[in-house]
Amino acid sequence: MDKKRNNLFHIILIALTALLVSTSPALAGVTINGAGATFPYPVYAQWAWLYNKDTGVKLNYQSIGSGGGIRQIKAKTVDFGASDAPLQAAQLNEAGLLQFPMVIGGVVPVINVPGVTAGKLKLSATTLADIFLGKISAWNDAAIVKENPGLVLPDTAITVVHRADGSGTTWIFTSYLSKVSAEWRNSAGHAKSVKWPTGVGGKGNAGVAAYVQRIKGAIGYVEYAYALQNKLNYSLLQNQAGKYVAPTIATFQAAASNADWAKADGFYLVLTDQPGQDSWPITGASFILVYKEQAKAEMAKEVLNFFDWCYRKGDETAEKLDYVPMPKSVVSLVEKAWREQIKVAGKPVWP
Amino acid sequence: MQTKSHINFDPAFRWLTLAGGLAILFLVGSICYTLIIGAMPALKKFGIGFLFSQSWDPAFKEFGALSSVYGTLVSTAIGMLIAVPLSLVIALFLVELAPPAVSRLVGGAIELLAAIPSIIYGMWGLFVFAPFLADHVQPWLTSVAPGLPLFQGPPIGIGMLAAGIILALMVLPFITSVTRDVFQMVPEVVKESAYGMGSTTWEVTRKVTLPYGIQGVVGACFLGLGRAIGETMAVTFVIGNRHEISASLFAAGNSIASTLANEFTEASDDLYLAALIELGLVLFGITLVIQFIARWWLRRTARKLGAVR
Repeated sequence: MDKKRNNLFHIILIALTALLVSTSPALAGVTINGAGATFPYPVYAQWAWLYNKDTGVKLNYQSIGSGGGIRQIKAKTVDFGASDAPLQAAQLNEAGLLQFPMVIGGVVPVINVPGVTAGKLKLSATTLADIFLGKISAWNDAAIVKENPGLVLPDTAITVVHRADGSGTTWIFTSYLSKVSAEWRNSAGHAKSVKWPTGVGGKGNAGVAAYVQRIKGAIGYVEYAYALQNKLNYSLLQNQAGKYVAPTIATFQAAASNADWAKADGFYLVLTDQPGQDSWPITGASFILVYKEQAKAEMAKEVLNFFDWCYRKGDETAEKLDYVPMPKSVVSLVEKAWREQIKVAGKPVWP
Repeated sequence: MQTKSHINFDPAFRWLTLAGGLAILFLVGSICYTLIIGAMPALKKFGIGFLFSQSWDPAFKEFGALSSVYGTLVSTAIGMLIAVPLSLVIALFLVELAPPAVSRLVGGAIELLAAIPSIIYGMWGLFVFAPFLADHVQPWLTSVAPGLPLFQGPPIGIGMLAAGIILALMVLPFITSVTRDVFQMVPEVVKESAYGMGSTTWEVTRKVTLPYGIQGVVGACFLGLGRAIGETMAVTFVIGNRHEISASLFAAGNSIASTLANEFTEASDDLYLAALIELGLVLFGITLVIQFIARWWLRRTARKLGAVR
């Protein structure tokens, strides 16, 4: 009896040891851990895969949402956090974090109006805000008809579809509405989730896309890649220069190129409602958060190596997935910040 | 060996079971404690008003639970109103009327339904059921009951009604299969004697089977209720996720569980997070109250029907 028990004990012990050994980092190679925003997840995942093929370094990115990413990096359970909404310089300094932009994307209004195909409907900033405020409630409202001469608009009720979950996409979208409409700014405001004056909420980009496809007369907003992949009908938007533009990589780039990153403290820059003839008005960058004071030089170096690789070799991948890579001028600003601010025991880590 | 097996294990066994029982109490206690600690900032800020405020405004940090509590209760009520009678009828059919082959087949199918993950119900609800509701059921309801505020508003499919019906479908298998087992335990002799005295099938069901199994049936209903009230994924998909109370069942609403599922990941602000945890606490409270009602009701029915047995 005793012998049997001893044997069992040994088996358990061996099993436990095996488990520990197999998960120890020394045998598995270097793994970088990151968590955060869902919006850039497809491109981060693709980069991680290619980078792993190139270098053997693994990247484990959990797309748990920007809020979760910020919480995890603050708790130091990950090597980097990712957020669609940038943190303000004061928040960064308080937490000792460095923030830099990684990719740019666009948020696109998508519609389901019987008889109206993609890129035909024109909306001005005021009209878009009034629709989301619930002040314009039918598609043949005078304000929409006036902007769209020649377009046959049905007498269908408008159903606004918004994100039910807190989201960086909502943060970018409400940033735009707050800039162009004082009424929006004072009633709903600018945040990752707001008190929507009207409409129904879908979970995730996919949820909003599904609702817009199912509900006749719906208008929602999704991240550009989702609009393309789900073949949703997008609308044109009037930008600050008064021109109606379509959402494309080119118009996102136009919006990004006019931005003055050098003057943005902690790279806090919101790319909505930018000047320029061709600028898409609802553009936003996605950000990475790392600690300025790193514990281990090698690990810090590995993390920065990865992002450096993305900046240098990741452009094609990003564009294939409908994201806009960062302009080279911004990349050199970012790497300058790495050199100056990321340190291990007072000594710079990069390059 | 022979002598060893005669050692009295009773004390050890008693301690083991006692520890198990205490562990449950400890678990419930610590969940409650964690919820209260986590919700403290919101509890302090909003007080009892949290329960009566409809405002849910993360941008301006105003939080109230009323619409979520309302949505939880209404969607569950719709679900139970549909599921309970339907389950009873199905269970009675399976036990009393169906030929054994049919009974086995349908019984198996129902158990299969119970094993479907809730996200499947949610996706089916969103992609198949909600459009059907929007195109066929909702316009019909509005035309049948014009002026009834319950059935007004644009027919968009998703909303409180869709959530209630999906919940009904989800709890139906649970209630049905437990109820069926309960009815099957009614002794044949009792039923046969009732038939022997010239009772019809309806009379046997009404006067013998139902009273005999009523306690089990009530228990089954509360099991279903427990599932419905905390159901998260399926409801999130079809309820429409709107923080507002509307008289119409066509309108979008929300439930406590759906709000938590939607907003927890991005709640980086402390007060926002606390408000969400307080919502969890409220759900905990609601479940507790329902448990007490269930106990009280079971005891009451047991006493009332004591004479019948």
